[in-house]
Amino acid sequence: MLSRMFVEFGHFTLSLALMIAAFQAVVPLVGAQKGWRGWMAVAGPAATAQFLCIAISFAALTNAFVTSDFSLRLVVQNSHTLKPLLYKVSGVWGNHEGSMLLWVLILSGFGATAAWFGAALPERLRARVLSVQAMIGVAFLAFILFTSNPFLRLVEPPFDGQDLNPLLQDPGLAFHPPFLYLGYVGLSMAFSFAVAALIEGRVDAAWARWVRPWTLAAWMFLTVGIALGSWWAYYELGWGGFWFWDPVENASFMPWLVATALLHSAIVVEKREALKSWTILLAILAFGFSLIGTFIVRSGIITSVHAFANDPERGIFILAILAVFIGGALTLFAARAGSMEAKGVFGTVSRESALVLNNVLLSVAAFVVFVGTLWPLIAELAFGRKLSVGAPFFNQAFTPFMVMLALILPLGAILPWKRATLGRSARPLRGALALAIAFAALAFAVQTGRSALAPIGLALGVWIIAGAAAELWQRAGRQVPRLTRLPRADWGKAAAHSGLGITFIGIACLTAWDIEDIRVAKIGESFDVGGYEITLDGVERVEGPNFISTTATMRVTKDGREVALLHPEKRVYPVAAMPTTEAAIDNGVWRDLYLVIGDPQADGGWAVRTYVKPFANWIWAGAILMAFGGILSLSDRRYRVAAGARKMPAIAAPAE
Amino acid sequence: MRWLILALALFAGPAQAVQPDEVLADPVLEARARELSQGLRCLVCRNENIDESNADLARDLRLLVRERLVAGDSDREVIAYLVDRYGEYVLLKPTATGENLVLWIAGPAMLLVALLSAAAYLRRRRSAPDAAPAPLSAEEQARLDEILKE
Repeated sequence: MLSRMFVEFGHFTLSLALMIAAFQAVVPLVGAQKGWRGWMAVAGPAATAQFLCIAISFAALTNAFVTSDFSLRLVVQNSHTLKPLLYKVSGVWGNHEGSMLLWVLILSGFGATAAWFGAALPERLRARVLSVQAMIGVAFLAFILFTSNPFLRLVEPPFDGQDLNPLLQDPGLAFHPPFLYLGYVGLSMAFSFAVAALIEGRVDAAWARWVRPWTLAAWMFLTVGIALGSWWAYYELGWGGFWFWDPVENASFMPWLVATALLHSAIVVEKREALKSWTILLAILAFGFSLIGTFIVRSGIITSVHAFANDPERGIFILAILAVFIGGALTLFAARAGSMEAKGVFGTVSRESALVLNNVLLSVAAFVVFVGTLWPLIAELAFGRKLSVGAPFFNQAFTPFMVMLALILPLGAILPWKRATLGRSARPLRGALALAIAFAALAFAVQTGRSALAPIGLALGVWIIAGAAAELWQRAGRQVPRLTRLPRADWGKAAAHSGLGITFIGIACLTAWDIEDIRVAKIGESFDVGGYEITLDGVERVEGPNFISTTATMRVTKDGREVALLHPEKRVYPVAAMPTTEAAIDNGVWRDLYLVIGDPQADGGWAVRTYVKPFANWIWAGAILMAFGGILSLSDRRYRVAAGARKMPAIAAPAE
Repeated sequence: MRWLILALALFAGPAQAVQPDEVLADPVLEARARELSQGLRCLVCRNENIDESNADLARDLRLLVRERLVAGDSDREVIAYLVDRYGEYVLLKPTATGENLVLWIAGPAMLLVALLSAAAYLRRRRSAPDAAPAPLSAEEQARLDEILKE
């Protein structure tokens, strides 16, 4: 059996990867300390070898899922022969063990990119970065091999598997974890750079420039990953909610907030050689929050303290990893941070100050999410109070920070470095302010007697977007041809900020103006929701590849013209014995029509739910635009200086 | 145990969120019921409110909330009635009493601390002597030349 041999080989290379990682963690570090170039030089090849070993291991597991090798316990528990190919592949990471393997694959992948593209880094820094990266690798490879081995065998393989949770059999969710892990784990690079800089005792503009591309890449992936998860919840859970403040969501949101702060503070280090120790701290915390998130999700401690107490092995292991890495890094930080003298001098009104304020708001917002997420645990363990902290708390405690952030954003972004006068710098923003107020007034006039949420959210969003446009215009010296010659980083900044504005508008308008209708409809009956006439044409039973579906046909018309023909479904997955709802959505720029079919009623009708969701897609469009801004910024030639230098080995050689 | 209940609730049948037969005839009362439901936790679910939850228990709670409202309870009385029976675990927004004050004050207090530290930092930066950057080492100078030539 070729597949089985492949699995054995994959298991072997995973153990080999652990040994390589251990080697890579120790030898280059000693080499960097003693100045032995040969010892430092092994870091690169070791990183490549470690990545290849884990890649083979991952390929073996993927192959086992695709060929439905039921001699593997993991495949039995999470797959089924009838499952479509896409979900056989995504089943690899749709479970604890496989997703941890993906975790270390990405971890070693980031390490390998540092080896491949980091030729321009100073020798010592590169050796130390790769060594720290390998230490994290050792911890997680050991975690997999000792507590979560995906390659465990069954003595008697069954004929078929138990299927993947049907909720996970969805394109949005198939790609959600890889993106999220690329983000989580990508932050390990910022961590490794921070620890390497602490060992070195030196942080300068060059360091900030080197660490920025990796942080930016991790942040982009995290942004897309969170957006995918939110989008999935929106269309899959059957009522169009997009964010629940669930501990698992918060676990991904906290690193995002800290990584966003880190991106901004690293700019200050790069341009002005200030905020150094704070930036190092943020880099440690960003990855720390990734680890905390991993702990929260994997140990199940938040869902149930008792479940954790019954099976604490994995949770304790991750907690130990968390304590060693974050504790160790913070100790190192306490010892060395003092030596990182700030150089830049700046006035109270300056870009630097605005970025400090940005960091204050983002980090305190992350802190609020952190306290809220852990509070049920703290309250139960410390005070014996069993309580919940849910969306209403977070909405109230978190939103003010985002409002403040939105208010200062365009102003801070347009302020010059070093010293500025508020009045003069803010002048180009007068148009943006007027536009924001006009939109708020318009929204207030259109909606009668409803909450101030939509006008405020709309005003903030327009303020950010128009502010970003005004800033670009200002930078181009108010001349159209010069707009195209602006550095890509300027466009990236404007795109990312506008994306945030668009997301704000989406969230505020959707939350405030959502229309909902719940009723029993008979076949052939029409009803009116928010100006749309909806007709239930029929309901039939349809068999899918691995599910049975009750599919309704519903016609939506407006003013006598057909808008959409939609087919909401209710599915039952017999293998997993689980029902799911598949809402039918007519996507639009200004509104989504969202139809859900429910149960048959005693009188022959069907329970039908209709939602008109204004501006829904703006939420995720904004997130995609933010990530696109990151790509633009990443492609700026100033960040490719290192890459360019590599092309000139003749000149580079004497420098080394 | 809670997991078992959750699993059973899921298998029990595809009842979903608010059903047509639950909706009250009086739109004002119904709106209040919806508002209240969004702040109440479905006890067997993970962080879901009873308004969105598909669990049978959530349906029972939704009906209970509506029953109390029809009986003439105020919003506050309905909440008190549920907390009496199910404990403060049922509230998604914890009350700001006792130890919970820490939860509510944590954010604003941290903001204050952060703003004060930031202000102190900014004051130091403003008055710091404009130190000349440290001269480059020979190695760095060579590296810089090489970058500039690109």
